[in-house]
Amino acid sequence: MKDATDSFKRSVAEALADTELQRALQNVKSGFIVKSAAAKAKLPEFGTLRAEARAIKDHTLTHLDLYLEAYERKVVESGGQVHFAETAADARDIVLKLCREHGAKLVVKGKSMVSEEIGLNAHLQAAGIEAVETDLGEYIVQLRGETPSHIIAPVIHLNKETIAADFRRAHRGRPTSRRLNDPQDLVAEARAVLREKFLAADVGITGANLLLAETRSSVIVTSEGPGPLTSTLPRTHIVIASIAKIVPTLEDACTILRLLARSATGQEITTYTTFATGPRRGDDPDGPTAYHVVLVDNGRSEMLGGVFQDMLRCIRCGACLNHCPVYGAIGGHAYGSVYPGPMGAVLTPALQGIDHARDLPNASSFCGRCEEVCPMSIPLPSMMRAWRERDFAQGKRSRIGRLAFKVWAFAAKRPRLYHPLAGMSVPLLARLAGGRGHFNRLPFAKAWTGTRDLPAPEGKTFQQLYAKARRRHRQ
Amino acid sequence: MSAPDEARAIVLARIRSALGVATLDRARRSAVARRLERHPRGTIPAQAVQSPAGCIARLSEMLTKQGAEVARVATPEDAVHAIASYLSSNNLPPRLRMGSDLRLAALPWREAWDIGRVFGRAEPTDKACLSRALVAAAETGTLFLASGAENPTTLNFLPEIHMVLIRASDIVGSYEEAWGRLRGVYGERSLPRSVNLISGPSRTADIEQTIVRGAHGPRRLFVLILP
Amino acid sequence: MSSASDAAKDDPLIGLFVTCLVDLFRPSVAFAAIKLIEAGGARVEVPRAQTCCGQPAYNSGDPADAAAIARQVIETFERFDYVVAPSGSCAGMLKVHYPRLLAEDPQFAERAKQLAAKSFELTSFLVDVLGLAKVDARYETSVTYHDSCSSLRELHVKDAPRHLLASVAGLTLIELPESEVCCGFGGTFSVKYPDISGAILDAKLHNILSTGARTVLAGDLGCLLQIAGGLKRERANVEARHVAEVLADMTDAPAIAATREPR
Repeated sequence: MKDATDSFKRSVAEALADTELQRALQNVKSGFIVKSAAAKAKLPEFGTLRAEARAIKDHTLTHLDLYLEAYERKVVESGGQVHFAETAADARDIVLKLCREHGAKLVVKGKSMVSEEIGLNAHLQAAGIEAVETDLGEYIVQLRGETPSHIIAPVIHLNKETIAADFRRAHRGRPTSRRLNDPQDLVAEARAVLREKFLAADVGITGANLLLAETRSSVIVTSEGPGPLTSTLPRTHIVIASIAKIVPTLEDACTILRLLARSATGQEITTYTTFATGPRRGDDPDGPTAYHVVLVDNGRSEMLGGVFQDMLRCIRCGACLNHCPVYGAIGGHAYGSVYPGPMGAVLTPALQGIDHARDLPNASSFCGRCEEVCPMSIPLPSMMRAWRERDFAQGKRSRIGRLAFKVWAFAAKRPRLYHPLAGMSVPLLARLAGGRGHFNRLPFAKAWTGTRDLPAPEGKTFQQLYAKARRRHRQ
Repeated sequence: MSAPDEARAIVLARIRSALGVATLDRARRSAVARRLERHPRGTIPAQAVQSPAGCIARLSEMLTKQGAEVARVATPEDAVHAIASYLSSNNLPPRLRMGSDLRLAALPWREAWDIGRVFGRAEPTDKACLSRALVAAAETGTLFLASGAENPTTLNFLPEIHMVLIRASDIVGSYEEAWGRLRGVYGERSLPRSVNLISGPSRTADIEQTIVRGAHGPRRLFVLILP
Repeated sequence: MSSASDAAKDDPLIGLFVTCLVDLFRPSVAFAAIKLIEAGGARVEVPRAQTCCGQPAYNSGDPADAAAIARQVIETFERFDYVVAPSGSCAGMLKVHYPRLLAEDPQFAERAKQLAAKSFELTSFLVDVLGLAKVDARYETSVTYHDSCSSLRELHVKDAPRHLLASVAGLTLIELPESEVCCGFGGTFSVKYPDISGAILDAKLHNILSTGARTVLAGDLGCLLQIAGGLKRERANVEARHVAEVLADMTDAPAIAATREPR
């Protein structure tokens, strides 16, 4: 427990000192925040759609078993296969087994957060199967052996020079004198490199933004095209998605899609939205011949029926990250989780246990902006508070902290004790500050005075002054 | 790891237990069946409700804003001329890949006799492909392209240039209307292997938030609207 | 302070919720609040049996202590027509969170809801309930205003303070860029995660300094302690005050964290 907290504090310190990262995080504010506000302003019905989307997901979650069965039935009817995975390990094994069955040596991956969550790539590599990320940001992150720092903008923390260096290092057989100065150059090279991979791959693995029970489709949104290419070119298409991704119908998808891009990047729609519904049919000249869906539980079913159920409404738009002052200060890697930011602060303890992720729900000022911008109206601060309750109940926090807190709580419940105590401490502190009016150093207050001055109490408590004034008034 | 059937049973059982429901709950089952049967529509934004002329205008406007090039042509002859001139003015070889779509085949290709047409799925070396969109939703400038021999999916993604033909009468206002059309063609609850909603050329902003075209899919999207 | 005989017996009776930070760090805010409420035509009492709204316990994950404090607050304040706090964060606790906290308590669930219905942050109370359109105050300074998160998001207070500030003679209000972004205080967050709190504060200070305003105001002392502490550490030439002080024309005393040499 202490290790996780130490590691968080270290990561935070590193992130705050990282000038490149800090510059990049500014882009998030000026980019995503401004653009998504503009996109929402252009859609007067946004509020209504938001309420409807919430109702759709709530209905689906309270009937999740039945919708999963309906979805599965339809996939199987049309020649696909559905595999349920209880845990991350099960999901990895299932995908590996499928890859082996289909003789895969090279796998291309369209964007999938859940595949990160279960650690799929490492598992495949260990078994001798090359797994290449094709979403540009994810590809770069993979080259660097890193994890993404944002759920929809994976390399928001990198500048183009860094990426150019990575490409030169990783892309052999290309003239060293070639130009890699601009984003255009980098994208063109990535396109060429990844095109070869798409064409050579045996298996394509995508995530799904939505799974539709009505038509058994999996829906993936991208602006670049890795989704459709991954789901069209290789012989085998594996969709890997959490059980919470189900929605009932095409119409429900319409409502949610109207919210997704606007909340994520401020576009009105992502360039490509692909509805994939099974393997090749009779007259299809292209498309996969095998279609598998791996439905991952990994802790979601436990979240149902309780205070964390609403978290399963998440559509992974990233709006909460973009608007969070904490994320904006430390970036995604400091969270040490596949899912950073406010949504990660709620989801990570659910998936990994509060012991391993204690700092995430605690490192929040509860400003409430996340909940305000969430298109699915997820009460993120309340759920972070619920994690704090579970954390508190375990009683594992620092002794001094707990003692100080206990003393405070004892006094706060007893005004007759509290007021005299305050009446003694406040003048003392005021005198300690002398005429300066503030402390830049104070015993027991290093946590505050490390970064800012502490305004000093001003002489007496209000209760003392008020009592005195009333006495004078009565005389 | 549990056997496949076991895993399924366990996950479903966990869900039911967490929700506190019984498997054979009739009320829940009919609620689900009803929603799937009726697929009710939600709120359709005002910007998605347009007259036919408004739909065409909005589709063009949105597609253009999202980086596509849009041309309205008056006749099938004009369409073929527009395609030929697009290829030549962009220094592209006069070669076009397409599927077996009858309406595309029926265009007066003799008007551009030098364009070599090849058929079937796209090859990586294809520079320009032509598909027909079944329907388009004007609300966000979104073309709906269905897989199949008529318009193979690879045509949408492999070439540098993707050209899409759409008839004005196939341009509707909202996504819901577009899906309604598709339901009409493919059946109430069946869709072809893939339906691709395309709203512009391929783009990425992953590198320093700078927008670059042609990340994986086509660099350019040329949309022709026929009456 | 007006005498009991001045106020008409059927003027609404307000219970002032002082807030622990005001009590300990800046009593003048509460005196300013009393003056304003009385100017608005209401009577004010300050029950002694109050300490804190319980938010530190609540946000630390200790609902038991928070609920105990909440019950005490309800018992003390439910006799008043209204409960007013010079703090969006404490008012939000009473208005939004007490009902949730005590939802399962058969004795207090209803009482919590009733208290919530009559609990208000100061400026929104003055404008929305008492109908105060202007104040009798002068402050010839350029001022910028920080919206505290609770005021904004829990209580939807945005226009009320600006409305009243507009009536202060000689005052120039310069809108703060990103006024709706957190200052980084967040209660115990400010001491549990001081580096992050400090980084968020830096952004807020940057915005404040960019306005060129001489004074920054807010309706929450927590935010103000954070901001004033930061301004002082930067040795910036900007003062921090609670909006109530300016509205109540009580700006002779030193600003927050300012030197308090006797005059």
